[in-house]
Amino acid sequence: MSTEMDVVVIGAGPAGMAAAAAAARAGASVAVLDEQPAPGGQIYRAVEAVQRNRPADMSFMGPAYAHGTKVTEAFRAVRTDYRPGATVWHIGAFGKGKRRDVVLSRAGVAETISASHVVIATGALERPVPIPRWTLPGVMSVGAVQSALKTSGIYPSGKLVLAGSGPLMLQLAAQLIAAHVPIEAIVDTTPPGGLARAFFHLPFAFISGETLLKGLQLRKTVMNSGVPIYSGASHLAAHGEGKLSSLSFTSEGRDITLDADVVALHEGVIPNTQLSRLVDAEHRWNDVQRCFHPVTDQWGETTEPGVYVTGDGGGIAGGLAAERSGTITGLAIARRLGLMEDSARDLVVEEQRLRRFIDSAIRGFLDRYYPAPSWIGVAADDVVLCRCEEVTAGQLREAMAHGCSGPNQAKSFLRCGMGPCQGRMCANSVTEVMAAQSGASPDQIGAFRIRPPAKPVTLAEVASLDAG
Amino acid sequence: MFQRLTDPSRKPVSFRFEGQEIEGAEGDTVAAALLAAGITSLKDAPASGSPRSPYCMMGVCFECLVEIDGAGHQQACLIPIREGMDVRRHLAVQNIGEAVAGDTQ
Repeated sequence: MSTEMDVVVIGAGPAGMAAAAAAARAGASVAVLDEQPAPGGQIYRAVEAVQRNRPADMSFMGPAYAHGTKVTEAFRAVRTDYRPGATVWHIGAFGKGKRRDVVLSRAGVAETISASHVVIATGALERPVPIPRWTLPGVMSVGAVQSALKTSGIYPSGKLVLAGSGPLMLQLAAQLIAAHVPIEAIVDTTPPGGLARAFFHLPFAFISGETLLKGLQLRKTVMNSGVPIYSGASHLAAHGEGKLSSLSFTSEGRDITLDADVVALHEGVIPNTQLSRLVDAEHRWNDVQRCFHPVTDQWGETTEPGVYVTGDGGGIAGGLAAERSGTITGLAIARRLGLMEDSARDLVVEEQRLRRFIDSAIRGFLDRYYPAPSWIGVAADDVVLCRCEEVTAGQLREAMAHGCSGPNQAKSFLRCGMGPCQGRMCANSVTEVMAAQSGASPDQIGAFRIRPPAKPVTLAEVASLDAG
Repeated sequence: MFQRLTDPSRKPVSFRFEGQEIEGAEGDTVAAALLAAGITSLKDAPASGSPRSPYCMMGVCFECLVEIDGAGHQQACLIPIREGMDVRRHLAVQNIGEAVAGDTQ
């Protein structure tokens, strides 16, 4: 089956919802494809259901999450062809790049939507944290624990240790504390000297006054909670046979081991570049956030005409900024479709840019206070980087000694990045390790080329394309 | 490994995992319902056969791949539970032969 639309938006988080709403309000036909069963993305995941079915839980989730109710309401109020539970696995350029075919599967049936403008709003993923034995059951990410809390109101029982650095870990800790969920310990890997490191960015943080205040409140909640905090932690390692039993680390010169049933790791978030790589858009390495992001213009358009990336997928700036970016991209597309004048677009865009500046002014401070981990490139030889194919950092270094020159060669040498996750969990680490080992820059090393299908599909699904 | 925070009026939904009856709540994803039921491992790593459990819960890590109603490689963290669903673990390649042999004996 094939449908024609003006715009296809992929992802129904804050950026995707805002982009879709802005374009649709101007009169564009917009399809919104999202993997989740309900709109919200990861940040506002399941917010409608929580509000409807477990209103009492909204209180401990906090004001940043509650804002999602407004965003989803605004999205629902606009007419779009919204398709939850849809997995996009190919974006093909046909007809000399004029239109693109977005191929998706829903409930095992594939179909194509052709559009002149494609908006990739697939947001961020947590930076995978390759510590020794992180494949043990019981080792998860902070975002995973938070997602489980949002969607199902479930929390880790037994001994829970939060380990890592960054605002998301702080937010989860505060949410768990407010919900009276016991936390065994917080192992904070933020290097000491945060304020000195981020000092010159502090004035800008005050511009995002509200966000800064919320952050300080979270910090206060956590500091006053009585949960033991191990500062300046490094050299984290998981231990256990068949499942996690403990976490070891170094903190302030001491070697410490804590018994744990669940360890939630977190070292910040990075753009999910799977689809922007799939369309061959140009990407650049961000040295501060230590991740690749697509190169985009002021409207979010990538180096591939008609393909846009908006929100955190274009570079980490946070959920509020993503909403503004989404609106800007949606309006830019409406203008290009001839649905509004320059003046009408610019009126809203200028206001949105100002709001985005205010919302994201704190980012420079956060990026330095909670710096991206610098140790992944020098991870120990026995650490698994590619969880699917179980390829270690040592194997990757050995392959390099035998002439493996980049991530794409590592696929043929080691099957690294070729399992079901298609490199999502190892691409960043592979680039880091190869850059550290060779002395070349991450931009020179590059990252895995992403080929269709971008998600595993069955032959029956591929075949169902022709049946329509 | 996980337990439920609240006991809301959400409707119970029962399904099977490896033949075992599991009760979840309406709106749970398959992965969340299994974690809440105390299931620690949803699949074996294809290469070494080591047990794995969900890492990201957002569709990125593929550590929650299960078979649902006969269709393989389904992401348990993205799919809501349905009454009567039949969910099975994926085994590592070297263990499939043993499992098949066990079934036919």
